[in-house]
Amino acid sequence: MLAGGLAAAFALSSVLIVWADAGVWEAYGLIFKGALASRFGITETLARSTPLIMTGLAAAIAFRAKLWNIGGEGQFYMGTLMATWLGTGFLTLPSYLLVPTLILAGALAGGLALLLPTLLKARYKVDEVVTTLLLNFVIILFVSFLLEGPLKDPVSLGWPQASPIVDNGVLPLLIAKTRLHSGFVVALCLAVGLWVLVSRTKLGYEIRAVGHSPQAAGFAGINTRATLIKTALLSGGVAGIAGVCEVTGLKGYLTLDISPGFGYTGIAVAMLGLLHPLGVVVSAIFISTIFVGTDSMSRTLNIPTYLADVIVALAILFVLVSVLLTRYRIVTR
Amino acid sequence: MRSNKDRPQGGAVPIALKMTGITKRFGALVASDQVSLELGEGEILSLFGENGAGKTTLMNILFGHYTADAGNIEVFSKPLVGGNTKAALDAGIGMVHQHFALGENLTVLENICLGNEPLWSLRFGGVRLADKARQIAQRCGFEVDLDRPVHTLSIGEKQRVEIVKALYRDAKILVLDEPTAVLTPQEAEGLFEVLRHLSTEGLAVIFISHKLKEIMAVSDRICVLRHGRVVLEVTRAEADPDEIAKAMVGQELKPAVRTRLEPGSTLLSLEAVAKKVDQGALGLQEASFTLREREILGITGVSGNGQQELGDILNGITKPDSGHIDWSALNTAGGDGDQLRRDGVARIPADRHAEGVISGMTVWENVISHSLGKFSKNGLLSFDSAQEHSQQLCTSYDVRYDSLHAEVQQLSGGNIQKLILARELSDQPRVIIAVQPTRGLDVGAVDAVHRRLLEMREKGAGVLLITEDLDELFALSDQIAVIYKGKLSPFYSAERLTLKNIGRMMSGFEIATPA
Repeated sequence: MLAGGLAAAFALSSVLIVWADAGVWEAYGLIFKGALASRFGITETLARSTPLIMTGLAAAIAFRAKLWNIGGEGQFYMGTLMATWLGTGFLTLPSYLLVPTLILAGALAGGLALLLPTLLKARYKVDEVVTTLLLNFVIILFVSFLLEGPLKDPVSLGWPQASPIVDNGVLPLLIAKTRLHSGFVVALCLAVGLWVLVSRTKLGYEIRAVGHSPQAAGFAGINTRATLIKTALLSGGVAGIAGVCEVTGLKGYLTLDISPGFGYTGIAVAMLGLLHPLGVVVSAIFISTIFVGTDSMSRTLNIPTYLADVIVALAILFVLVSVLLTRYRIVTR
Repeated sequence: MRSNKDRPQGGAVPIALKMTGITKRFGALVASDQVSLELGEGEILSLFGENGAGKTTLMNILFGHYTADAGNIEVFSKPLVGGNTKAALDAGIGMVHQHFALGENLTVLENICLGNEPLWSLRFGGVRLADKARQIAQRCGFEVDLDRPVHTLSIGEKQRVEIVKALYRDAKILVLDEPTAVLTPQEAEGLFEVLRHLSTEGLAVIFISHKLKEIMAVSDRICVLRHGRVVLEVTRAEADPDEIAKAMVGQELKPAVRTRLEPGSTLLSLEAVAKKVDQGALGLQEASFTLREREILGITGVSGNGQQELGDILNGITKPDSGHIDWSALNTAGGDGDQLRRDGVARIPADRHAEGVISGMTVWENVISHSLGKFSKNGLLSFDSAQEHSQQLCTSYDVRYDSLHAEVQQLSGGNIQKLILARELSDQPRVIIAVQPTRGLDVGAVDAVHRRLLEMREKGAGVLLITEDLDELFALSDQIAVIYKGKLSPFYSAERLTLKNIGRMMSGFEIATPA
């Protein structure tokens, strides 16, 4: 079913490739060759999947509790802010202390960014879709203000960017001379951890119960408000860690364009991964394969890179529909 | 009233409806197996059977909601196209569903005309339409101001509007799906009068019920369905209630026996517990009573008179606005579900799908949903012991499932209810709050629930039973009170009350204290 959904997505996307006057097989061949057939391609794909895995996990865990966290982008930036504030000289610690400190601080900042909308939802039934979405803009403008002012690197020649992370705060590379850093390992650990949490722990049970039926969960004695708040801290925290890893592992310093919408793409990753933590890893790598591969393919065939967005969007639609079809049957009458 | 009307089969009376060899399969399940029945003009035919016996399937086929796999339907000797609701309506088949399909904010007249007349005619054809509607309402013995909004009507009146609406459409065959479920005994008797009267005018009626008394009171002929087959068809004069019940269940059912027990010490007492009126709900006026060991207190009332609020308060779903619930005998302060349960309170909620189980989670997860603490260590759930526990409980409470890992909503209503009982009653509770514990269950499952509750009573538990099923009320309760518009009557000994007393109290009359 899943394979069928993906096949259908590729089939429909090929209409656009034909329209752009290119060969379908050639284009798809180049996408996968570009993303997976070389050392550079593979490491680049995994590096780009790293923030997506984490923002995907953030969305997945929240959606499990039917907490519609659209604020992954803002929580991501809260993480980058924390890493920048503490990691550019504020703290002088050895590497084995500073890196965990930055990650925990980023998680805390991300979690707090989701806490406020969640409290409003739990207490006053304020729609969290609206509040988390709008909070993204607030946070991004706040980051923009800081980068133009207090956090601006004095030697940046006028560019709105922060000072670089100190050496002890930088996440080590996994493979030298590539962009693949140990944030990828952090992401995998988080995925496994959340998988265990969701499926094997009392908290995971409570999160799923609240998501399926708050009324019945409350009747069973589960404190739905407390569960939502814990979920918010987890979800926002994971998104915050994504931000920390992107600054300390990949970029080295904070700029306003550090995220090309990782928080939003995370929602797509979570949906395509069917909200399963390990599914999220697979779907994040799939999506970054498409992005990396399409970049290299478009250079050769002159097809706009927007094709990647189209393929990803269609894949999500088809996979969700195919999951739906495994539960229902189409009847003609 | 034509009480002794025994029609010879296929005699002089014209046949209104003839269904032959109707078969419908859903996968491996044969919901309707070669069912044939005939209905004469002016005849009242009862379809009797457990849930899942195929009554509703058969009527859905008649009404065109489903297409039969095999079989023919003839209405007034003309074949009826299957699977077409409009064709069924045009052929003169009218249906009154258990849950009414009325626009609450529209007037009686607007509701009657809705779907029957072009929209513009409501404005321009007012007098003609109103005359026709009034005439039909009079035939039904239904005196109502046609301009009253429907939400101001009682349940019984709303049902009458549904009947008038069907007749307005020139229905010659009227199907009523469990019409008495929402009525007081008096209202039900009123409905039977109307049906008898309409049948003398030639209307053919199919009456669906799983209450034996009612079908004995109203039918000319009784048709018992079991597992999609007609297992018994008798005229009312020949009908033997025991034989009918046996045919429906497939075996002899001995009713659960309530032994006489002396109540023990107080378990729970309410002092002036009240809940304010909120958004159309009647709220609860100051209710006070005590529940003791080894007794079942029954509370009844027409749906929506405050019993839901009382049940929610006791179940810890809502908090009362004033008053005090004394749980001190249990050494608990009340509070949330987890706490109540640990302190010996078992709760059977009214809405088993929305509150009783967590739809989307598995069977075993639902068995342990109220005792997560017991099956987790350092925050980790111990799957093995939880699943073993669930399997044992399901076996001893006869919960039938395909797999422990199936989602719980795949179970039938009866099995879901048994699962809830298994979960709630397994820890030797001292207080049981049971709200509508058998609503919508078939006879076999009802019997299982009743036996469990009586068993718990014998073991010393106190049971508060809130129910709208009067047979259940009398079968289980030691003491009975009626709730009307949020006001709870005093409790009377069940032996001293009659169905008639209860019916009057349900309609708001005070009764003289029974001697």
